[in-house]
Amino acid sequence: MATTQSRTLAKIMLFPSVTLLLAWMIVPLCMTLYFSFLDYNLLMPGDNEFIGLLNYEFFLTDPAFIESFFNTLLLVGGVLFITIGGGIGLAILLDQAIWGRNYVRIMVLAPFFVMPTVSALVWKNMFMNPVNGLFAHFAEFIGVAPVDFFAELPLFSIIIIVSWQWLPFATLILLTAIQSLDREQLEAADLDGAGPFSKFFYIVLPHLSRAVTAVILIETIFLLSIFAEILVTTSGGPGYASTNITYLIYTQSLLQFDVGGGSAGGIVAVIIANIVAIFLMRLIGKNLEG
Amino acid sequence: MGSITLKQVTKNFDEVNVIKPLDLHIRDGEFIVFVGPSGCGKSTLLRMIAGLEDTTSGSIDIDGEDATNMPPAKRGLAMVFQSYALYPHMSVRNNIAFPLKRAKVAPAVIEEKIEKAASMLNLTDYLDRKPGQLSGGQRQRVAIGRAIVRQPSAFLFDEPLSNLDASLRVNMRLEISQLHKSLATTMIYVTHDQVEAMTMADRIAVFNGGIIEQVGTPLELYQKPINRFVAGFIGSPKMNFIDVTPQGDDATCSLGVRPEHFKITEAKGLWTGKVGVIEHLGSETFLHVHVEGIGTLTVKADGDSPVSYGDVINLTAAQDKIMHFDAAGVTIPSLSWGETSAA
Amino acid sequence: MAISKTNKSKVVYTLLAWSISGMLFFPILWTMITSFKTEAEAISATPSLFMFEWTLENYTDVLARSPYFEHFLNSVIISLGASLLGLLIAIPAAWSMAFVQTKRTKNLLMWMLSTKMLPPVGVLIPIYLLFRDFGLLDTRLGLVIVMTLINLPIMVWMLYTYFREIPHEILEAARMDGAGIKEEIFHVLLPIALPGIASTLLLNVILAWNEAFWTLILTAANAAPLTAFIASYSSPEGLFYAKLSAASVMAVVPILILGWFSQKQLVRGLSFGAVK
Repeated sequence: MATTQSRTLAKIMLFPSVTLLLAWMIVPLCMTLYFSFLDYNLLMPGDNEFIGLLNYEFFLTDPAFIESFFNTLLLVGGVLFITIGGGIGLAILLDQAIWGRNYVRIMVLAPFFVMPTVSALVWKNMFMNPVNGLFAHFAEFIGVAPVDFFAELPLFSIIIIVSWQWLPFATLILLTAIQSLDREQLEAADLDGAGPFSKFFYIVLPHLSRAVTAVILIETIFLLSIFAEILVTTSGGPGYASTNITYLIYTQSLLQFDVGGGSAGGIVAVIIANIVAIFLMRLIGKNLEG
Repeated sequence: MGSITLKQVTKNFDEVNVIKPLDLHIRDGEFIVFVGPSGCGKSTLLRMIAGLEDTTSGSIDIDGEDATNMPPAKRGLAMVFQSYALYPHMSVRNNIAFPLKRAKVAPAVIEEKIEKAASMLNLTDYLDRKPGQLSGGQRQRVAIGRAIVRQPSAFLFDEPLSNLDASLRVNMRLEISQLHKSLATTMIYVTHDQVEAMTMADRIAVFNGGIIEQVGTPLELYQKPINRFVAGFIGSPKMNFIDVTPQGDDATCSLGVRPEHFKITEAKGLWTGKVGVIEHLGSETFLHVHVEGIGTLTVKADGDSPVSYGDVINLTAAQDKIMHFDAAGVTIPSLSWGETSAA
Repeated sequence: MAISKTNKSKVVYTLLAWSISGMLFFPILWTMITSFKTEAEAISATPSLFMFEWTLENYTDVLARSPYFEHFLNSVIISLGASLLGLLIAIPAAWSMAFVQTKRTKNLLMWMLSTKMLPPVGVLIPIYLLFRDFGLLDTRLGLVIVMTLINLPIMVWMLYTYFREIPHEILEAARMDGAGIKEEIFHVLLPIALPGIASTLLLNVILAWNEAFWTLILTAANAAPLTAFIASYSSPEGLFYAKLSAASVMAVVPILILGWFSQKQLVRGLSFGAVK
């Protein structure tokens, strides 16, 4: 729906964005792919020999990879479970007629704007510290032994912190979706004699399904790359107990300077993310047509 | 000046052909209406004349100059859009001034032209408001004001009244007709509403499926439609079509009778049917008559027609009011209006 | 009867909503309160909400003992710089895709989105090495470049969804009225889309301000924004709760305020228009 002139212009105007993103994505990705076939360590300057798939073999058979792979799954799955379950509940609650809804909304939303390093440190020191943390004080107050969260439950603790950060996002998106629900549908259901539970399961939940899918996919993209929270709390430990794939690749590349191994890990991470991305793109693609 | 000549103009969107080779000459100062069902290509053709769409092949001449590849701004045309397309962030004054500023007209002259257009369109009191604060009719007048201050060689209207409610539409229709009389500038007006076409046009071009079926004055189209499509499209309620079997030399495959040309008779006429739904409009009455073997015919009767639901009535029509169409749907002039050749 | 029943449920819902949201907000509130305590009071086994000696010494200490202000400035420069630069690149692209749609527009949008899904570790090593070789490590310029690129898809998408809501007839009217492309964009499109552009800017400032992968990896002392500065409290300074709190409050409060203003845009921006 336009003239040749405007189409030419449109191409020119698209050029910077497309080239920059292409350069940002393709060039480093090709380099990573190339490095992943080399014996390349920054501490050992050498020929950087071509070693085929050896880096992949080492990376994939490393027990640390297996452990961090499952940690990644647990981290993503745990946070999704908490944020979506809690998000649906909170969204429904905030959709009710309550006093001071705007203040409630602001309080619920606030954690999302706290930078990851701050939230991790505040939780780690002021709440989960086994000696001076609030939880320890509370445990002493009720007379039980305080828990050393990051030594005993490192991954769980990180899941709690990350869930606290992402619950507002899930709530906000689900609340927006609930508010777009046609009230006449609910009134029709009332007339048809539906109770609160059947209304929830037959009307509200199906209406939310798209928003829930969106939350799952978007959160997954970000949660796969959780990094700062691990760095400032446990540094992946004890052992590899709270290391996820992103953190594992970081230690391998920038702490052990194993460029080849880190690159192989990077490619593996890209493949995992791609699997999630395909589903997300389908969802959004469908939406574009609507 | 504002004559526009289209020569063998076509338009393809990707691989889809939406306008087939088309010729049309629009005379200086005339009010021509493009009418047709949605998707017939009328709006596309208007946008091509405006320069908002490329012309795939053929040429568009404006005042004798080839404008086929000119950008919109160079064509000296003004357009009024269906959604009014006012600039929401500018006051009425600035909306009207916008084209003049682009043309680098002196501020004093701009001010003068705005005042003139505003008083002509009853907008003087609203000049400092934003479009959002105006009613639909006022917005439409601002859009027209923005168009007239440029003194274009032709005005293009793209379904300008579709977003207005029915009573306002009738008013605006009159205002636009009045405007045409006072400016005497060429106007090309696109609509899907045949009533607008009939009431406003000097000439009407009936579009269908990317071609112009017929061009003519409103009465020509009403009285001498060249085929079934035009006959059915012009006139309200629609013409009734009655299928018949061709006999001998008579190639007639269907007959067409307008609702207003039926006569209800005591004696047995051409058709007999049972009256179904009756629509009383006060000034007239429409009867939906079920005729065995033909279907439902719409019949216009007097406002105080005594006919009631379930009555059996006889219908007839004067011979010269019955259209005859051949197998291809083309009008057979000799049978339809008794002439050996079409006008 | 009916009214009192509605009122009763309103009371219950209100209490429930306030207590849950209070719990979620508590860590932030607690950090704010602790930032005004002395270190001794901050670790007290019988912590107090309000009954303590309020002091500003933590703030003065943090400002005096660390280059807090430099890091704050880095955060401002990096997030604002990247967002403005991003707008400059994204606005023309969004104009093209919103107003001159072709068969490829949808694929192009999807492709842009897909770059956002690339995990940073996939490009970590090359970017690190390229930055090292071009002398961009620990520079504001380097971070502005990275932040612009990682947020560019979100910017294009947000602007695209805002531009799509502007009827293209308005731009066509401008074209008929004799406006060239520059005038069309500056006199018509941008003023109309201003609210959308402002929220795009706002959300991207927030995202860039809080980004904590590249900032931690690519900066050290010079260009470190607040995310990286705060990370230095991980140990052992983190045990000084009051100072940690003061530094945290100063890092978070500006963006918290911006965030509250942009909550509606957040939904649209972060869900790429999947939820409006």
